[in-house]
Amino acid sequence: MKQNKYGFWYKVKKHRTLLLMLTPAVLFFLIFAYVPMAGIVLAFKQYNYSGGVFHSPWNGLDNFKFFFDSGDAWRVTRNTALYNIAFIIVNNVLQIFAGILLFEVAGKWFRKITQTVLFLPYFISWVVVGAIAYNLFNFDVGTLNVLLKGLGMQPVDIYNTASYWPFILVIVSAWKALGYGTIMYLAAITSIDTEMYEAAQIDGANIFQRIMKITIPNLIPTVIILVLLAIGNIFRGDFGMFYNMVGNNGLLFSSTDVIDTFVFRSLTTSNEIGMSAAAGFYQSLLGFATIMLANYAVRKYDKDRALF
Amino acid sequence: MSSTTAKIPATKARKRTNLDQLVLSLVGYITLTLLAIFCIIPFLLVISASLSEESSIIEKGFQLIPSTFSTEAYSLLFKYPADMLRAYGVTITVTVVGTALGLFLTSMTAYVLSRRDFEWRGRFSFYFFFTTLFSGGLVPSYLLIINFLHLKDTLLVLILPMLLNVFYIIVMKSFMSSIPDAITESAKIDGAGDFRIFLQLIIPLSKPALATIGLFIALAYWNDWYNALLYISKSELMPLQYYLYKMLGNMDGMRKAMMASGAVVNSDLPTESLKMAMTIVATGPILFAYPFIQKYFVQGLTIGAVKG
Repeated sequence: MKQNKYGFWYKVKKHRTLLLMLTPAVLFFLIFAYVPMAGIVLAFKQYNYSGGVFHSPWNGLDNFKFFFDSGDAWRVTRNTALYNIAFIIVNNVLQIFAGILLFEVAGKWFRKITQTVLFLPYFISWVVVGAIAYNLFNFDVGTLNVLLKGLGMQPVDIYNTASYWPFILVIVSAWKALGYGTIMYLAAITSIDTEMYEAAQIDGANIFQRIMKITIPNLIPTVIILVLLAIGNIFRGDFGMFYNMVGNNGLLFSSTDVIDTFVFRSLTTSNEIGMSAAAGFYQSLLGFATIMLANYAVRKYDKDRALF
Repeated sequence: MSSTTAKIPATKARKRTNLDQLVLSLVGYITLTLLAIFCIIPFLLVISASLSEESSIIEKGFQLIPSTFSTEAYSLLFKYPADMLRAYGVTITVTVVGTALGLFLTSMTAYVLSRRDFEWRGRFSFYFFFTTLFSGGLVPSYLLIINFLHLKDTLLVLILPMLLNVFYIIVMKSFMSSIPDAITESAKIDGAGDFRIFLQLIIPLSKPALATIGLFIALAYWNDWYNALLYISKSELMPLQYYLYKMLGNMDGMRKAMMASGAVVNSDLPTESLKMAMTIVATGPILFAYPFIQKYFVQGLTIGAVKG
């Protein structure tokens, strides 16, 4: 190839400035993404501090065995998937509903103010959400218990009761994502061809028929794409959310521990390098498989909107 | 915001006061108002608690309207603000440096990938994109940053891992692809190099996208606590959100710090109202800037929604 006028080195020379401009980004992803990928070997090693990454002895699939035999694997995988499924359903339904109403409601100022308010939770950190949760759910002074006591009911000990948490986390997720999703769906509704509405109106359709027969069917492609892509990420837990809402409160782990919090804890508190690397690798593989499947499904459905 | 709301067509028969219109408006206004209240009440509860007298919180709990108004928590925070100010300083430094550098690298990378005459753009795009599909997981990155890059307890560890985001590169690339080639053609004929074209022509033309992506990057830096959780143990390097996280979980530490600095003489620290006041002070700039920057985020979301 080298003797070819249009060969490799010719192209390198021709694009030298562009290649130079790409170098920082290429190095960045090499160091922070590709080198850690090679670190997956840790999942097959008995890590010790004197040996480090390179000289620790291999131990086959022992780390995986340990992870699966402890029962943790099933618990955290189930929690991660179920939470994400619940988030996908609840969040999308709420967001579509709010998007449609926001589109149909007439007052300009009302629409503006509502949109601003709904979007607000998106901007705050999960730490602040954790502080808000403390305000609401603290046993002694929390707003929820103040309310319950005011109604003559027994206070609830949220931070010691695992069974409340699936509901709380679904509500918190809906709260934080509502504005973001509503605006996305509002944009999709706004791009629907207005002629359809005009035609429906001339034919005497009422508003509800218009929503059911025009708005929703036109939204379905967007919904399908967004949901499929979300399904692709079903094994990725939102660490910030779970960690700030639950923290290291072991009483709640049965219903709140996801793969990401489990890996973090195994690494930082119990120092089980090999096993947490194995759990992380397991999550990456699951994630890779689901996102490939999701992309395949999107491709089948609408080629232009597939990720790749 | 105006970009989404302004486009809503005038097809809705606003003058028609049919029953269906009335019902929908009623349902719309009520539901959206309830959703807006749901989104904003947690903030109001925290503000109210931060302005309550500690004794009334202990006695009656957190309330929506403070039964006894007091600015004690704030005055205590501002009396000896050293720690808080240092955390602010860290966050501002990290946000400014990270956003400037990240935005520059994002747009430079995106520009190269948007060049149709760059033969390897597909390969490089895949190189970047693959990192969103598969990752080595937390453990290898953690060991890399601590043992090999030796970034533990440095400001750099708060900046580097978040410097580039593939999604932002893609959004920026699709924006730059829409800039007509004709604009850069004449510069090329005049002998301008690729880097000069990028710096002097592409950047000024990309201002709207730069503003949007820049704000997304800045928000991510401002709200970051995760990298600090993993890699920062020195208190003088704690960014704001992580400082808040520490203080929420460790009021004893705060009491000691305040006693050492002479802010309080005994252990009578208004713990609950202080936690809430700190939350407000840590969120403050975002709450103030929010109404002004919101529209750029809406722009970003709608670009994202269209491009899938």
